[in-house]
Amino acid sequence: MALLEIRNVSRRFGDFLAVDNVSLEVGAGEFFTLVGPSGCGKTTLLRMIAGFDQPDTGQIVLEGKNLEGTPPEARNVHTVFQSYALFPHMTVEQNIAFPLRMAKTADDQIKPRVAEALEDVRLADKGKRYPHELSGGQRQRVALARALVNRPKLLLLDEPLAALDAKLKEQMQLELIELQREVGVTFIYVTHDQGEALALSHRIAVMNHGIIEQLDEPSKVYGFPKNRFVADFIGTCNLWEGTVTSAGERDFVLDLDGIGTARAIPNTTTKAMPQPGQRGCLTLRPEKLRIAADLAPLPEENSAAGKVHDFLYLGDVTIYIVNLDQGARIEAMLPNAASGRTRFFEVGDPVKIAWRVDAGHFIDG
Amino acid sequence: MANQPAAGLRARMARWPVTAPPTLYLVLFFLVPTLIMVLASIQYPGEFGGLSPILIEDQGHTRLDITLENYQRAVSETIYLQLFLKSLWYAIVTTVLCLVLAYPLSMMIARSNKKYRDLLLLLVILPFWSNFLIRIYAWMIILGPQAALAKGVNAALGAVGMEPVSLLFSPFAVIVGLVYVHLPFMILPLYANLEKHDPTLLDAAQDLGANAWQRFWKVTFPLSLPGVYAGAALVFIPALGAFAVPDLLGGTDAIMIGNVIKEQFREARDWPFGAALSFVLMAVALLAALAAAWAGKRYQQQAD
Ligand SMILES: Nc1ncnc2c1ncn2[C@@H]1O[C@H](COP(=O)(O)OP(=O)(O)O)[C@@H](O)[C@H]1O
Ligand SMILES: [Mg+2]
Repeated sequence: MALLEIRNVSRRFGDFLAVDNVSLEVGAGEFFTLVGPSGCGKTTLLRMIAGFDQPDTGQIVLEGKNLEGTPPEARNVHTVFQSYALFPHMTVEQNIAFPLRMAKTADDQIKPRVAEALEDVRLADKGKRYPHELSGGQRQRVALARALVNRPKLLLLDEPLAALDAKLKEQMQLELIELQREVGVTFIYVTHDQGEALALSHRIAVMNHGIIEQLDEPSKVYGFPKNRFVADFIGTCNLWEGTVTSAGERDFVLDLDGIGTARAIPNTTTKAMPQPGQRGCLTLRPEKLRIAADLAPLPEENSAAGKVHDFLYLGDVTIYIVNLDQGARIEAMLPNAASGRTRFFEVGDPVKIAWRVDAGHFIDG
Repeated sequence: MANQPAAGLRARMARWPVTAPPTLYLVLFFLVPTLIMVLASIQYPGEFGGLSPILIEDQGHTRLDITLENYQRAVSETIYLQLFLKSLWYAIVTTVLCLVLAYPLSMMIARSNKKYRDLLLLLVILPFWSNFLIRIYAWMIILGPQAALAKGVNAALGAVGMEPVSLLFSPFAVIVGLVYVHLPFMILPLYANLEKHDPTLLDAAQDLGANAWQRFWKVTFPLSLPGVYAGAALVFIPALGAFAVPDLLGGTDAIMIGNVIKEQFREARDWPFGAALSFVLMAVALLAALAAAWAGKRYQQQAD
């Protein structure tokens, strides 16, 4: 049985449907992420799980018990707020002891458990400090320790790393993964940062306009996006529209707008062979493209020719924007593996691109 | 390095136009009068009121003619001690009642829709726009024996076989008047404090298992203590020295130390004694403030 079940939950603000008939299940011990652009309803969904808001329709079920009518203080669910919401008049220790005191934990147990929680987030020496005496990252860890100290069934995190700078963010991501594994509490993590979602989660729900567009493991969401929105929102992606011209046994031929003809394999999820005349979209990640000044495509490859329009040097890789001779603009990525060599092409250089028949992911319709 | 003192001097000169007027104001209208009062409190009264000269000719020598008698009288005569204690008691009751009445109101205003907050605050200070005496006279009518309130109370007392009471000219009337007059001074600092509270702190407390009662006592109230202290000081100090309200509403039964002090400067024409009483009153207020600060510390330590 799933730990948390969300069944057909909707929430309307006036005319605006913020959460639209969402259903999902989260298993015990899972690191589950809700990702989507700002305003897609992530916080609204999270607040309903925490109990701060009620669904207009649908049910939220925790360990088989419908939570309707259970106030937030009676739910075995804790939240890490984006602003941390540490109590400014309490020391770090007092903040962490707060949920234990509310749960009427025996006095002689509070001290060791607070100490242990501080140990978990590596703040053992900061217990006597007040929140305003801590750095952003330290406050973040206190908020985590406070929310985890009495081991809730479920921890909700609403964009907890959004206020941190890039370097600290990466470090905190690693710490979060470790912490979650250590304490074994189920995490529901909300972010608008798709990279963060991919890095942290066991499973990801991609949300848009209040609905879940796709719910899958990170590699599936990235490799096999269900639709154009997911393909575009998660990572960078070339979206090539085209018409199917002929279908074979294992693959089919597409006429891609602005690119030319190419062979492709059917959608790996639906496995349906498209019919000639059908339109669809071939999604292709930039790292799956081969790009060279001159190349002879292998038998299992498609190819096209164009000119370098621009490039983005990112250190580890360089992204090349290529205008194909047929009119389309595509993105290709090359790792900067050779030392000292910062770029392979100049703007205006003629180049050829090639990709394996099974490199793209075809989205029907 | 060489021009740094000059630069410092220039910076100080530049600050003068800003800091000088308020400093001058405080010296002229606070420090100097206080010093005059200190002197007055150790002088002898003049023959026809006022003060006798501080320097007198005595057997060909000029000497200081000062005394501590006024203070001795002020702290040793039981009548004044009783009045100090009674005034202290009235001021404490007034402060506590103001706090109890103002807190929920301030909280309601602070948590109401932003659109209505200014209007609600305006309503709080609206009574200030009418004359103080008129407002107190209004209370004389409300509490008076002919008004519905007193009639109702006495009818109820009569029904259970008790003697009728006079609401007006009683300690009750004085407390009502003091609370009424000072309530806004509690509401405003409390509101200013409560309005700044971050509502997500309450969400967090609730999320971590605190019910409404615990959210108030563990989060809202401790965070509002600066506002409570400010409001308490603004109510307690003027209430302790009040004379107009007990004059009008208290009758002979419920006069306060403020009435006696006023009397020394007016009818009794004993300025030195009035001044000495004022300073004893100031000492009482300071002691009360220290006691409150100490109690506040204890409360916070207990919360740990
Ligand atoms: N209390 C509310 N009243 C009206 N509209 C709201 C309220 N809360 C959220 N919304 C709207 O619902 C939408 C989703 O909000 P939210 O769940 O906060 O998005 P996200 O967290 O994904 O950025 C937004 O358009 C927001 O304006
Ligand atoms: Mg949000």
